[in-house]
Amino acid sequence: MEINAGDTSWVLVCTALVFLMAPGLALFYGGLVRAKSSLNMMMMTFIAVGIVGVLWTLFGFSISFGDSGNGFFGGFDSVGLGELLNQLAVNGGKYPIPALAFAMFQLMFAIITVALISGSIADRAKFSSWAVFVGAWVTFVYFPVAHWVFDFGDDQLGGSGAGWLANRGILDFAGGTVVEINSGASGLALALIVGRRVGWPKSPMKPHNLPLVLLGAGLLWFGWLGFNAGSSLGANQLAATALTNTVLAGCGGLLSWLFVERIRDGHATSLGAASGVVAGLVAITPACGFIVPWAAVVLGLIAGAACAFTVGLKYRLGFDDSLDVFGVHLVGGVIGCLALGFVATTIANPAGKNGLLYGGGWSVLGTQTLGVVAVLAYSFTVTLVIGWVINKVMGFRVDEEAEVTGIDLDQHLETAYDFSAAGGGALGQRTARATHTEVGS
Amino acid sequence: MKLITAIIKPFKLDDVKEALEAVGVQGMTVSEASGFGRQKGHTEVYRGAEYTVDLVPKVRLEVIVDDPDVDAVIDAIVAAAQTGRIGDGKVWAIPVESIVRVRTGERGVDAI
Repeated sequence: MEINAGDTSWVLVCTALVFLMAPGLALFYGGLVRAKSSLNMMMMTFIAVGIVGVLWTLFGFSISFGDSGNGFFGGFDSVGLGELLNQLAVNGGKYPIPALAFAMFQLMFAIITVALISGSIADRAKFSSWAVFVGAWVTFVYFPVAHWVFDFGDDQLGGSGAGWLANRGILDFAGGTVVEINSGASGLALALIVGRRVGWPKSPMKPHNLPLVLLGAGLLWFGWLGFNAGSSLGANQLAATALTNTVLAGCGGLLSWLFVERIRDGHATSLGAASGVVAGLVAITPACGFIVPWAAVVLGLIAGAACAFTVGLKYRLGFDDSLDVFGVHLVGGVIGCLALGFVATTIANPAGKNGLLYGGGWSVLGTQTLGVVAVLAYSFTVTLVIGWVINKVMGFRVDEEAEVTGIDLDQHLETAYDFSAAGGGALGQRTARATHTEVGS
Repeated sequence: MKLITAIIKPFKLDDVKEALEAVGVQGMTVSEASGFGRQKGHTEVYRGAEYTVDLVPKVRLEVIVDDPDVDAVIDAIVAAAQTGRIGDGKVWAIPVESIVRVRTGERGVDAI
């Protein structure tokens, strides 16, 4: 088999698109927090890019896509990525794209998944503790779970090396379990470990910059087209189907979240529009390659409305999942994964299955439920353990004074904005220059 | 001499400025302020959660005037800033002991 230029181009472009979701998420999250912690919020995503990129190369790819034969943990037989050079990608069947293109495409998924978790502990986590968490979490949670679901082994070796959920035929096109449920369950666990922000929920902690949030949501949607449509690993009908469904589910989520707000609260908000888009996209992630377009619209509508209601749960139950990682990603992910039990169809994907609406049996819904429960339970539990250990050993939070003053200043010695005329702002450059000294002198 | 301070609705600033120029006031200091009186605040909704914002944006305008001009200036501000709705603001005057123009060193009424 030769490398196919069209397929390879598409996967490389999609890799870049998914990469753009990281800064997109940083903007989305950065705008949602208060001005005094916006830099820290964005840095939580950027540090994840650095750490996960290195770990993926060292052993992450191997744990996710290596062939250990046990179905749970890919092992260490392809560490370092070097042996992927001049190889074609193999995941189930063989694809006419370089193995490295596949490896980099998958890396971007690992980055965005752990970055998503940061939203649940906004404004209060020590940067060093977060960095340690990122490394530990991808190693013990993301890489194994990606192996369970995304690794189809090698057909030429009789499917050897496939993950246990992939072996059972779970339908998860682009990561409803691996990315969405995984980050959502972990976000909930980490919010419980780290605890509420000082003053939550009594004092208002409203978003400081909604234009940033809308820009971030737009970039996420844009990148998500590559996330979902690139998961076909080729420039083909399946990519077009996945892309269509991704556009449509975002539209559905946007409309239904706004509809709920208009009826319930009286106004359609910009934050509701941004959140609805994300909710719809989360739900379509596992489903985009297995359903027909009308079902994508319905799925988006359902997910947007459902998430608009579930984000309020944290106030009743008393956990400070600050940016609703649980309410959007876990809930949307579960909806998308279970929906496949009803609306999956081989019309959309001959390699897929038929759900209940298309004459399939209950077994599809059964397998989907198994995958949802297994990933949710595993990632919630292991994240609790990782978070607990880090909290014991090095502490997960900055002290109260630093949190109230602003975590940007405490953890990064920077502030995001300076519009004041006095003290080095827009009009005060001379003052700033006069007092400038080298660090350490 | 008196320092007149006015807290007004931000969108009334231009009207008040014009009214002050019309009665011969030559300079003023304007700053953004926030606070509340009987108006209280308002509520905002983010992802379905209501936030009470009790500090609403206001503009604080300060002018120093000679004693005989105080009533005329206050009347001008009040007339220009009034909408008749709650939250229009307050105007007050307090005595000023001394005043210096930094450029020339002039003191007292000459420095106004």
